[in-house]
Amino acid sequence: MRSIVDEKSRILVQGITGNEGKFHTEAMLSFGTKVVAGVTPGKGGQEVHGVPVFDTVSQAVSEKGANTSIVFVPARFAPKAVNEAIEAGIETIVVITELIPQKDSIEFIAMAEKKGVIIVGPNTPGIINVPQKAKVGIMPNHIFKPGIVGIASRSGTLTYEIAWHISNAGLGQSTCVGIGGDAIVGLDFVKLLQMFRDDKETKGVVLVGEVGGKAEELAAHYIKETNYPKSVVAYIAGRSAPPEKRMGHAGAIVMGNVGTAQSKIDAFAVAGVPVAQKLSDITKLLNL
Amino acid sequence: MKLFEFESKKILQKYGIAIPRGHVATNPDQAETIAKELGRPVVLKSQVLVSGRGKAGGILFADNAAEARRIASNLIGSTIKGSVVDSLLVEEKLDIQQQFYASVTIDRQSRRYIVLASSSGGVDIEEVARATPDKVLRHWIDPEVGFGEETATEMVRRISDVDKGAVSKFTSLIVTLHKVTMEYDAELVELNPLARTRTGELVAADARMIIDDNALFRHPEFEGRSQQRIEDTAREAEARRYNLSYVDLSGDIGIIGNGAGLVMATMDLVHHFGGRAANFLDIGGGAQTETIKRGLMTVMSKPEVRAVLVNILGGITRCDVVAEGIVQGLVEAEIKKPIAVRLMGTNEEEGARILRRAGIHVYPDMETAAREVLRL
Repeated sequence: MRSIVDEKSRILVQGITGNEGKFHTEAMLSFGTKVVAGVTPGKGGQEVHGVPVFDTVSQAVSEKGANTSIVFVPARFAPKAVNEAIEAGIETIVVITELIPQKDSIEFIAMAEKKGVIIVGPNTPGIINVPQKAKVGIMPNHIFKPGIVGIASRSGTLTYEIAWHISNAGLGQSTCVGIGGDAIVGLDFVKLLQMFRDDKETKGVVLVGEVGGKAEELAAHYIKETNYPKSVVAYIAGRSAPPEKRMGHAGAIVMGNVGTAQSKIDAFAVAGVPVAQKLSDITKLLNL
Repeated sequence: MKLFEFESKKILQKYGIAIPRGHVATNPDQAETIAKELGRPVVLKSQVLVSGRGKAGGILFADNAAEARRIASNLIGSTIKGSVVDSLLVEEKLDIQQQFYASVTIDRQSRRYIVLASSSGGVDIEEVARATPDKVLRHWIDPEVGFGEETATEMVRRISDVDKGAVSKFTSLIVTLHKVTMEYDAELVELNPLARTRTGELVAADARMIIDDNALFRHPEFEGRSQQRIEDTAREAEARRYNLSYVDLSGDIGIIGNGAGLVMATMDLVHHFGGRAANFLDIGGGAQTETIKRGLMTVMSKPEVRAVLVNILGGITRCDVVAEGIVQGLVEAEIKKPIAVRLMGTNEEEGARILRRAGIHVYPDMETAAREVLRL
């Protein structure tokens, strides 16, 4: 999807010299992604899998033309890293880091919005544009096959599981985006649906939601209001989750009457979006 | 992390917000002494972290010290909505003229802190917001602008029936609430009711605070609390020590997987086929042998668990490492229970080989594994 990542994206890895940074830089390169630079303060001049490392983001931008960043920096320092990327003119920032305090996320997302920068995450597996070989994320390469189904998901592994079903059904994926498992995330379902709407490669969309918050209800409302032109199928994880318990993700918690699976399922019913009971039903429900 | 009422009130008091006079009692003697010292009718409030404790009988009034003692001996040790009452907050009974509501919380959708204020205090604010939305005033805070005196005054002026004398007090109070929220990394700071007394004072009759778990590293003052949280079950607390994301549930099938969404989906699938999950365990991404071993032992140690379903889709997580952990966990677990494993992804052949050698069933997809675990 051109509006997020594509073959023209020039990727910068923030925190490239850490274990995760190194491992996923190699995996992204082997997928075919253009990783052009890395940043770790104090380690400028080194190389990781042939990728040059800089001390600052602005050096990486001016010397290598980086325009998209992926952040592997630990939670305590990640907000500063994201701010640096925003200041340096990076257009899309994928924040893999989990456990970032909500106050910090609120602040850097507000700053990004003012400058027109897209924040994906935090606590996201990232984005993969399968046909254009651009992966800015940590998903396992071998599960994804080029195709026509877009995935927007609050969960990492669940995205892989669904992608696997879609690959097996011979449909393949266009772009898959993890919006992140935190309560506060940048890019949300509605903005993604807008992007999928204009994306020629995407013929149908799978929305993978879970208990907590109202993101799914807003997506359902958007689909209904705009008479959304592409086939959408939803799946909601945590239908059997008890209230007031955080189910692994910081954002997966039913508080009072807010965030129940039923409210989301009802909202999709109103919008005419089929909700799959089981993961294996998703491909059957896609009307392509 | 939820704070107890008395902890929240101590913090608010530090910031100059008035709270009722009182102390914490952990036995009837103390309750009696506190009531005697206060020398007037008191309220005894169970210090539990569940909401709706008042309706559940956790908040009672006493006219004198002897009655306070009697009530305390009934409340302490009792269970309110599943939580055992270890202590009571014994406070003077306020002479309440009017009840307000004030809170600062996080609005997920707008990605903003939001200030809420209302003259309908003392009741379920969600209900008020639904029935009479114009009675609840909201202000979404732009993080670059913040929340100051001016905005707060404008807000308070719009609340119906706040008398003139209370406007400036209410204004500075909500500004302070916002300050507390920021400085404590709170997800919620809520005063309900916020009481106006006969003398015109605004007093936090009740207070709730929730601190963002992810920000606890900035708040060493909660260190003891964050290791063993009162809201966790004993098994949840133990799992937390091993950095496992574990939740106790009420069924009899143990559920282990990698990734919160996948574990939830696995739990839902078991329900779909007529079973019930006994717990939720997410081993996370890239888990090592020790993590899986610990996790399996934790899940199996729960007496209600009849059989365990492990669902792994390996990306960063290596299936052979998981398999090794399962085998070690089974060897070390004191009570062994039947187990069904689904393994897919990185190094799955090697993982399946390790498990089969140990006599464990391996299934290629989660639906088959979920159906099978219910038959074990």
